[in-house]
Amino acid sequence: MKNSVIDLTTNTGGIISPNPFWLASAPPTNMGSMVERAFEAGWGGAVWKTIGQPIVNVSSRLATLDYRGSKMIGLNNIELITDRPIETNFKEIEKCKKRFPTHAVIASLMVESKRDAWHEIVKRTNDSGADGIELNFGCPHGMSERGMGSAMGQVPEYTCMVTEWVKEVAKVPVLVKLTPNVGSILPPGRAAVKGGADGLSLINTINSVMGVDVDTFMPYPMVNGMAAHGGYCGPAVKPIALNMVGELARDKETKHIPISGIGGVETWRDAVEFMLLGSTSVQVCTAVMHYGYRIVEDLIDGLTNYLREKGMTSPKQLVGKSAAAVTDWGNLDMNYKVLARVDKDKCINCNLCFVACDDGAHQAIKLVPDQARGGKAYPEIVDEECVGCNLCSLVCPSPGCISMVRMDGETQKLSWREVQEKGIAIKPGHANKNIERA
Amino acid sequence: MAKLPVLTDGPFKELHPAMTMPEALREANRCLYCYDAPCTRACPTHIDVPAFIKKIASGNLVGSARVIFESNILGGSCARVCPVEALCEGACVHNSLQHSPIEIGRLQRVATDHVMERDIQLFEAGKATGKKVAIIGGGPAGLGCAAELAILGYSVTVFDDRAQPGGLNTYAMAQYKINTDFAIAEAKLLEQLGVHFKQNTHVGKDVPLAELEKDFDAIFIGVGLGATQKLGIPGEDLPGVVDALTFIEELKTKKPADVKVGKRVLVIGAGNTAIDAVTQAKRLGAERSAIVYRKGEDDMPAYDYEYEIGKSMGCDFYFHASPVRIEGNGKAEKLVCKNAQTGAELTLECDMVIKAIGQAKRAEFLKGFPQVALDDKGRVVVNAEFQTSNPKYFAGGDCVNGGKEAVDAVAGGKAAARGIHKKLNGAAANSKVA
Repeated sequence: MKNSVIDLTTNTGGIISPNPFWLASAPPTNMGSMVERAFEAGWGGAVWKTIGQPIVNVSSRLATLDYRGSKMIGLNNIELITDRPIETNFKEIEKCKKRFPTHAVIASLMVESKRDAWHEIVKRTNDSGADGIELNFGCPHGMSERGMGSAMGQVPEYTCMVTEWVKEVAKVPVLVKLTPNVGSILPPGRAAVKGGADGLSLINTINSVMGVDVDTFMPYPMVNGMAAHGGYCGPAVKPIALNMVGELARDKETKHIPISGIGGVETWRDAVEFMLLGSTSVQVCTAVMHYGYRIVEDLIDGLTNYLREKGMTSPKQLVGKSAAAVTDWGNLDMNYKVLARVDKDKCINCNLCFVACDDGAHQAIKLVPDQARGGKAYPEIVDEECVGCNLCSLVCPSPGCISMVRMDGETQKLSWREVQEKGIAIKPGHANKNIERA
Repeated sequence: MAKLPVLTDGPFKELHPAMTMPEALREANRCLYCYDAPCTRACPTHIDVPAFIKKIASGNLVGSARVIFESNILGGSCARVCPVEALCEGACVHNSLQHSPIEIGRLQRVATDHVMERDIQLFEAGKATGKKVAIIGGGPAGLGCAAELAILGYSVTVFDDRAQPGGLNTYAMAQYKINTDFAIAEAKLLEQLGVHFKQNTHVGKDVPLAELEKDFDAIFIGVGLGATQKLGIPGEDLPGVVDALTFIEELKTKKPADVKVGKRVLVIGAGNTAIDAVTQAKRLGAERSAIVYRKGEDDMPAYDYEYEIGKSMGCDFYFHASPVRIEGNGKAEKLVCKNAQTGAELTLECDMVIKAIGQAKRAEFLKGFPQVALDDKGRVVVNAEFQTSNPKYFAGGDCVNGGKEAVDAVAGGKAAARGIHKKLNGAAANSKVA
């Protein structure tokens, strides 16, 4: 098979990068020397650690969620924006751009909510040679108490207003970075679009208390006997981010706008998922804080091999491919039925499917001794009780042992919305056959 | 005890060293937490293995140890000496899924070491019933029975003819599997439950049986097996010929440097004790240490993994070599063997012969118990409650099952305790200990 030529070049709302992998605005992009090393390692873009009036940080600042022996499946921080002078940051951006003219440098900005202040910093960004601007309307800690960060992003009117101010003077594309700490991501997303944003980036971190030391009774990360809520990120937040990206990618008012997806991206597979739901590029932070810039090698390599395997030549072909498949519950086909099927040859007799179904689902599995297999008990599905929930197949540790098999004979679809719209009367309760009409 | 006795070096270096905590957590998290788990079914004492492993993963080591000791009061010793490959670990579902079972034995040690190192007492003597039980034999069966009875509120006295309690755990397991002092320490934990130990006490000699019968409401026989059987061949009494249990007892009770070992050691027999003897001889410095077995490789009674240990330590194996005589000028120098099938003779040079052809039953001693019936193999006959044909006497362990694992003996002793409780308490015994 001849290898197709893969071009990873990405255009996110006018910001061109040699590949879709950017560093998110965070400690890994704290200064020029770091961003330059990241570009050397292969990163296609970097969103600079947020520039604004320099702050004073506290220590300690980070805490993690570890799970069953895996370190850092979630990370929480109470670090604020840059603690270095505005001047220094822009000088370094200028230097970095000279050395890496084809890489994307995006200046993340956050200043107080005054038109002049925004104009001032945007003009300086224009002069620095940065390829784009990202408005930090997302930081949920510290800066929000000062009326910035998520305090902006949580009020659609402010989001729209500041975006408009920035667009008045910006000479490069403007992305608005959204906070997930809202009831719905749509109002702030629509507001950013209304304000003229060239793209959206999301999600920023989620309000969180990472945990409490049960010996000292101190929450993490502890600062001299106290703690404050921080911003939660890392692999554990990916599903939340995917949902929000997907929502914006299929909303009438926002679906045309490019998205830079953020939230738990660690592998090329994560990146592909973000792209399928509507992201053009992705931003990475936690995985780099865990393992270093070097992870970009497999991001690029894995994505390239994946695209080749799929017969594609550009990640553009992935963008939004799955967005339309995510819909509202009311549109789902209630007549679609799957039942669990067990391959005894692959069963290892752990009985996890049995106890999960018995205590956590619908008592649809029996353990039945099989004399042909030494009398060991094997799971048997009680079809009349199985609602096709997937649980047994999800807890099963043996690959391919339990499959969910379609059993409805592909009858006519029937959604709850249709039921409502056409006034069809149906009987409530779960069914393992087609919906009964009352 | 603040620090548990272990040897990290030399001929007694542990075969399965303690886990580091990160190692234990990784392994505990690998456990699938099976429901109605095969490992638990495979354990003669039915320790709830997934439960204790989950507790290690959650950092509840005290709770983990309690789960273990509730089922098996010698959980620390069994963590070390159990043939886990043939029991819990052999049944682990990960044998098929990941081709390597959860290291249940070593995880069990993590939890049990945790409480022993910290002198955490998990159990207390039950409310006194006013009844007394005598335990004859301080090995795993006797200790299993004693602990259960003490928790149920009985006054328990263990009569043991050795200097220290623990039985075969103390005197007959290869030192690289279990340290003598550890086995003793775990046995002595029963003193916390109020169990009295009468060591160096031969029942029938130092204490008349009639006295026991008068002073105690029930008597448990857990005397195990007797001395190594005789080969019945010429030269067996030459100096340099020892039996395996004596050899192992010597290395359990002496410093490595003080244990005499030959340069060319031949071990007759191919059971697990034979492997212990041949490997320890090798570890102690024998130039050649070999098993001599009358049948073939596939007939070896030793567990496969024990055979692997022997091979990995560089021991030799002679199969189809049936010992005919031991020759030597005032001491063992040659072992002459014959292939039973071909008749071919094989002469092996040696300066030490260790007999490991199984322990004899203690039929003569057991016959001293009035109306306690033995079967034709010299084993004590018991009913489902581990009661003998004399209703006052109960029995368990090797003297009943003919010689199994320590964990089987603990299970037998514990079951007998419930039998005793049922008899003495009148009602159905509802054990406080699961």
